[in-house]
Amino acid sequence: MKTTRLIIVAVGGQGNLLASRIIGEAALHSNIPARMSEIHGMAQRGGVVESAIVFGDAESTIISDGEADVCVGFEPSETLRALKRCNSKTVVITNLAPLPPFTVAIGRGVYPDLNKLQDLIRAKTARLIAFDAVVLAKKAGNIMAVNMVLLGSLIQTATLPLSPESVKEAIRKRTKTAFIEINLKAFELGFSAAKNGS
Amino acid sequence: MHKLLTDQPGKKLFLLGNEAIARGAIEAGVAFTTTYPGTPSSEISLNFFQIMQETDLYFEYSTNEKVALEVASAAANSEVRTMCIMKHVGMNVAADALMTLAYVGVKSGLVIVSSDDPYMFSSQNEQDNRYYGKLSGLPVLEPSSVAEAKDMVAYAFDLSEKLQEPVIFRTTTRLNHSTAPVILGEIKQRIIKGDFTKDPFNYVTVPAVSRKLHVKLLENIEKAVKISESSKYNFTVGSGTWGIICNGVSYNYVLDAVKDLNIEDKVKILRIGFSHPMPEAVIKSFLKPCQKVLIVEEGEPYMEEAVKAFAQEEGLALTIKGKGERLFSRLYEFDPGLVRQCLAIYLGVPYSPPVLPDLSDVPEIPQRPPNLCAGCSHRATFYAVKKAGEGMETICPTDIGCYTLGFLPPLSMGDFVICMGSSVGTACGFSRATDKKVIAFIGDSTFFHSGIPGLINAVFNRHNFTLIILDNGTTAMTGHQPHPGVNMEKLNYDGYGQVSIEAVVKAVGVPHVTVIRPYRIKKSITAIKDALNYEGVSVIISRETCSLYAKGLKMARGKPFFVSEKCKNHRDCINGLACPAFFIEDERVKIDPAVCMGCSVCAQICPENAIVPLKEIT
Repeated sequence: MKTTRLIIVAVGGQGNLLASRIIGEAALHSNIPARMSEIHGMAQRGGVVESAIVFGDAESTIISDGEADVCVGFEPSETLRALKRCNSKTVVITNLAPLPPFTVAIGRGVYPDLNKLQDLIRAKTARLIAFDAVVLAKKAGNIMAVNMVLLGSLIQTATLPLSPESVKEAIRKRTKTAFIEINLKAFELGFSAAKNGS
Repeated sequence: MHKLLTDQPGKKLFLLGNEAIARGAIEAGVAFTTTYPGTPSSEISLNFFQIMQETDLYFEYSTNEKVALEVASAAANSEVRTMCIMKHVGMNVAADALMTLAYVGVKSGLVIVSSDDPYMFSSQNEQDNRYYGKLSGLPVLEPSSVAEAKDMVAYAFDLSEKLQEPVIFRTTTRLNHSTAPVILGEIKQRIIKGDFTKDPFNYVTVPAVSRKLHVKLLENIEKAVKISESSKYNFTVGSGTWGIICNGVSYNYVLDAVKDLNIEDKVKILRIGFSHPMPEAVIKSFLKPCQKVLIVEEGEPYMEEAVKAFAQEEGLALTIKGKGERLFSRLYEFDPGLVRQCLAIYLGVPYSPPVLPDLSDVPEIPQRPPNLCAGCSHRATFYAVKKAGEGMETICPTDIGCYTLGFLPPLSMGDFVICMGSSVGTACGFSRATDKKVIAFIGDSTFFHSGIPGLINAVFNRHNFTLIILDNGTTAMTGHQPHPGVNMEKLNYDGYGQVSIEAVVKAVGVPHVTVIRPYRIKKSITAIKDALNYEGVSVIISRETCSLYAKGLKMARGKPFFVSEKCKNHRDCINGLACPAFFIEDERVKIDPAVCMGCSVCAQICPENAIVPLKEIT
């Protein structure tokens, strides 16, 4: 089976790990070989959380620079930082709602311009889907559902060997009962956003 | 029921490496488990802590790794299957126990998990603990994948019982924190109580006994070599005249690289999963038909040294390489691309590396370093200490925990750290060797772990420094595990005692002890000034619950604050405290009410009293 390499970058607390687990769960139930790894050392203290998921016939659980087929960024500047993982054939999906790192607040860094950021990513990769996932998460009923919105967009691109149904089933299994409806709605909103070519 | 207790052999679960290790131990009938938490091993013990709540499994958070191993070694010599879990540097703390335990051995299986951390994702060094196998004479097992890790744990228990020796189960962060499907096996019945049979001439390690036990250990190593030779975890795949010897997660990268480079018919791979003692005969016969051999191992050239020695013994003249220029480094962790490239270079195979995007026109992206949380009591303490010490020339040894982050600007509190507990010991040295005021920082859990002997040393040798014990009521850094100072009853856990830090400090004879509440800035500064002016050993216990922990426990938090129009943009708050609740909008400091914990520290230091609780405007 063809190998597909997915990288997800986020800021601690954005729910990247849950999104990754849902993808893993969906793969497990669809009998798609998948392995993943995560780096979350100081995630709760505002650091970057990165997960890598490798589908298909490969043994590695990590992805080298320039080798991601798909890259999902939960935060725009982190998507830009992850550009070194991409190549000219990579499909990139990014949230456009910034969470400026604290270094910006204390004047030790400048947050990149969002238009320029999109132009740069678009120029160096195959395709960019970019939209404000926070707006859609709120529309779904919970700002915390940003991860499900982006998961919906990711699945719409059909870059992964996973059907929307299998992912939705995994969402039902892995999220708390109270959040299932919101999460599924967020997933649909993200799916439509990608479909409408954001 | 806990998911790792699922009694459905054959069922497939998507498990984290650490969950797979815990499950492997459960399947092997582990009955007794001890640890001191440390990333990347912490989830193994967290699972045992949870499982203990619903079964008769014994688990404890011990005060440090040495104690954890001592507790474990008694259990394993009382016929109870035992696992002891620690991160790689924890093994240094436990090493004193480990070295002679290898002489004494065990009656029931004892598996010691050492989680190494190549690249130092969350550690102070990246030491390679396979050398502990060589140093102690104990067997070392190393899995390559999550699924293999689970099965290898059961093998480790059997091996330990066969040899009557503890077995070191060595992992790396990448394995601990990878997730993959695992097929569940049968759960062996736990035997939770055994008996200790007195045998002082084999257990009491006076010189005459140890001389005899060392002979036994060497015999055991010989037995272990034989088992390693035929172990299913040392296996060969493929065939060809190019040889690759690898271990751990590197094996996965090698498999992928050989496929990507299309050299599957030219390469044979020896995967070493039982790495101490090395399978001598297996390696020698692997080498003989090879033209050239590459050793792929993260960390030190542990296998490379052994393989080269075996080749020399056999009089083999083939090229064997591993670490070196244009090949592998001793530094950091490997990745698939790096391994593919090194294989191509060494074997002279055509290879086109991935075309990396040209990033020359990408602007500098602001760094996102981890930061003390909003409302973190450590920030308040550091600020108060900084103010109290103004005008003094100070040296601030610090220690290992969240508060190590206090070394970053603008707090800049932290000048020296080498290991757990070192703040206190090094404070003794700095205060004698210099004329500067020494202020040391240590967390509550670290104080119990290894700070107390340093403090006793300070009292006995009449050193002169101030020790600040940052007591936030939990082991915050590794995920809020309890420690001996925690009131477990309040958390609804029965069967625990509680040790007062204040009582310990007073009991060891510290003459000047003060407890402060760090959110009260002025009072804290005054108390710290008193302590700094004291000639001799003074201790400040700065007590406030970890804000992240408080949030998790849904403890009441203060009302969020906001910056009113009285603000004259001095920015003392943001520049002095760097709390992540602050942000700048239209050149003005703002507070994010969703992040603010209401600690009020910024309000107390604002020269205009411009920061006020949100309720005052509504």
